[in-house]
Amino acid sequence: MIPVRPIHLLFALFSIISFCLGVSVSVRSETAEETGLKIAQDSQDREKGFGNFTAQQTMVLRNKHGQESQRQLRVKVLEVSEDGDKSLFVFDQPRDVKGTALLIHAHRESADDQWLYLPALKRVKRISSSNQSGSFMGSEFAYEDLTPQAVEKFTYRYLRDEAYGDLTCTVTERLPVDKKSGYSRQVVWRDKDELRVWKVEYYDRKDAHLKTLTLENYAQYLERYWRAGQMTMVNHLTRKSTVLTWTDFEFQIDLNDRDFTQTGLKRVR
Amino acid sequence: MLRRTALHILPFGAVWISVLVFAVGAHAEIGIDRDFSGRVNVESRWFPKAGAFSGQGAHAIGFVVVPKLYLEDAKGRSFTLSTFFRYDNADPRRTHADLREAYFLIFGEIGDGEWELRVGIDQVFWGVTESQHLVDVVNQIDLVEHPNGVSKLGQPMVNITWSSDWGVVEFFVLPYHRVRTFPGQSGRLRLPLVVEDEQVEYESEAHLDFAARYNQNLGAFDVGLSVFNGTSREPFLMPGADHSGAPVLVQHYDQIRQFGLDAQLTVGSWLFKFEAIQRAGARNLLGMEEDYVASVFGGEYTFYSVFGSAVDLSLLGEWNYDGRGRNATPSRSPNTLENDFFFATRLAFNDVQSTEIVASILGDAGRSTRALSVELDRRISDQLSLDIEAIHLLSIDKADIHYDTRRDSFVDLRLIYNF
Repeated sequence: MIPVRPIHLLFALFSIISFCLGVSVSVRSETAEETGLKIAQDSQDREKGFGNFTAQQTMVLRNKHGQESQRQLRVKVLEVSEDGDKSLFVFDQPRDVKGTALLIHAHRESADDQWLYLPALKRVKRISSSNQSGSFMGSEFAYEDLTPQAVEKFTYRYLRDEAYGDLTCTVTERLPVDKKSGYSRQVVWRDKDELRVWKVEYYDRKDAHLKTLTLENYAQYLERYWRAGQMTMVNHLTRKSTVLTWTDFEFQIDLNDRDFTQTGLKRVR
Repeated sequence: MLRRTALHILPFGAVWISVLVFAVGAHAEIGIDRDFSGRVNVESRWFPKAGAFSGQGAHAIGFVVVPKLYLEDAKGRSFTLSTFFRYDNADPRRTHADLREAYFLIFGEIGDGEWELRVGIDQVFWGVTESQHLVDVVNQIDLVEHPNGVSKLGQPMVNITWSSDWGVVEFFVLPYHRVRTFPGQSGRLRLPLVVEDEQVEYESEAHLDFAARYNQNLGAFDVGLSVFNGTSREPFLMPGADHSGAPVLVQHYDQIRQFGLDAQLTVGSWLFKFEAIQRAGARNLLGMEEDYVASVFGGEYTFYSVFGSAVDLSLLGEWNYDGRGRNATPSRSPNTLENDFFFATRLAFNDVQSTEIVASILGDAGRSTRALSVELDRRISDQLSLDIEAIHLLSIDKADIHYDTRRDSFVDLRLIYNF
C-alpha cells in the first residue's frame, strides 16, 4: 500500500473538480509530449530505491504449430543511482547453455556494456551491445524488450485515456532514440493508479504492428514495487509467442557491486 | 587398451564416489547446496583420405563423459569438481582422462573491493582473439582433443584475485607441470615420429611456476597485462629413442619468461582486438634459444538482423605475426603462425535451436599452407545438441613441419547429451 499523503488528497480533489468543470488539467497545461514524458518519468521515479532483486524466469517459446521449447534463467538486478541498472542473467535451461551468463551494465546516456561468460572455456567475452533488436534466446522477446529502459531512451507522446478491464489506463506512444532499435514506435498502456504497464504494442521500422506484449499477475513487493508475474509476447507476423513467467522475487537481499563484475561473472555456476 | 582405460577411470571413480557420498551427507547435515550437471558426447571422426603412415585408420569413434559437481555452503564457499574422460577406438593415446576442475573457492570484501581465492585444479582463460590464444599460458593444451588447441588440461594452482575500481589483479602459484598430450602411433594428425609421453625432459626440475595478470575496463576499452615465469607449456620436440630403441620425439620443456598484452575496443558493432607477447628462454624451430615477440591483431564486425531476418552475420579478420619468422615453432596445427591471416564468418540464426555456422580459413601469407574449417552447431532438444565440424587442409607447404598431416582433413560429428 502506498501511504496516502494530504498532498495526494488535495491533488485528487483538484482533479475531480477540474473534471467536473469539464476542464482537463493535463491537456490544458501540458502538451501531449510533456504529459507522455511526465508519465514515463513518474514511473521511473516510482521504481527508485528498490536496491536490488533476484528472480527466476521461465520462458515457454511456442511456434505457430504449437510446438514448445523452454528456457530457464536466474536474474539478478542491482540499482545504480544516476545511471542504468546492472543485471546478470544466468542460464539453466536448455542444458547446453547451462552456466552461460550475461552481464549488462546499462547506461542512460551511452551504449550499454555487455559481457558474456562461456563456462566450457571459462572465457569472459566482451560483446557488442548493438544487438538491441535481436531475439533473446530464440524467443519473441528482443534484448531491448527485456533490459530496463531509461526515460532518456525514448521520446514520448500521450495519446488518450482508455479503460483496460477495471482499470483506467493512459495510452502513451514512445519513439526509441537509438537508431539500432528494431521499432519505429511502441504504444504503452499504464494504469493511472499505480503506473503499471499492462500492454505494449510494438511497431517495426515499416510501422507494421509486429508484436503485442500483455502483462498480468502483478504483485507488490516491499509495499511499493510492482512486478508482473507473467508476460506474454505475441508476434503477429510469425504467429509465434513466448510466455515469460517470473517467480521467486526477492528484494533487497545481500547483493552488491561485486556480484556484477567480470570476476563475479566467472564465479557464476 | 582395456588396462589403460581402466587405469584412467578407476582413480576418478574413487574420487567421484567419495565426493558424492560427502555431498549427499553434507546436504542433509549442514545445508550444502549442490548442483550436478555435465555432458556425454558420442563422436565420430572420419578422415576421407588414407593416412601418410601405416596403421593410421580412416575412422575413429568414441565417447566423452564430463560430469560436474558444484557444492556451495551458506556462506558462498564452494567446491567444484569436473572430470573428463574420452574413449577413442582408433588411438589409445586419445583415450585419456583428466581432472579438469577440482578447486575450492572463497571470496570476500577488502576495503571497497574484493578478494577471491581458488585452491586446487582449475582452468584459466586469458585473451581476446580467435585465431590463436597467445597470452593464454596458464594451462597446458590437451592437443589430442583437437588440433586447434582449445581444450586444456587441468592445472594445479593457488590463485588469488584482488579487484577494485582500479582494476583486477590476479596472482597464480603453479606447483605442478602438465605434459602436453599428443596422438599415438595409430593416431591421425601426427608428425612422422610419435611424440613420447613417458620420457620428458626439463631444463629445470623445479616446477614452481608463477603467473600474474592485471586487467582493467575503461569504458569501451578492456586491457590486460600479464606475466608468466616458469616451465613453458609449449614443448620443444627433440629426436630421441623409446625404451625399445625406436626413434621418437621427446618433449623438452624450457624455463621461460613471458610478458603479455591483450586489449579490446568495443565500438558499436565493431570489436577491435590485439594480443602480443614477448617471450624469453624458449627454443626456436632449430633448437636454438631465441627471444621473440609475437602478436595477433584484428577485428570483428557484426551485421545484426540481416535483410530483416533474425540472422546475425559476423565477419572476422586477424593477422598473426611471430618475430622468429621461418624459425617460429608451430603454434596451431597445421599452421606456424609467423605471418598468417585468418578470416572467418559466423552466421547466428537466433532460432529456437540456436543454429550457428562458422566458416574460417587460416593461411600462411608466404607459404601455401591453408586450412579451411566449417562448423555447424544446432540444438535438437532441450538436452541434445549436434555439432558437425569439417577441417579441410587445402594445402600444406612442403617446408612446414606439419607437411605429413596433409592427408588428415577430417569431419567430426558430435552428438551431445547435456544433463
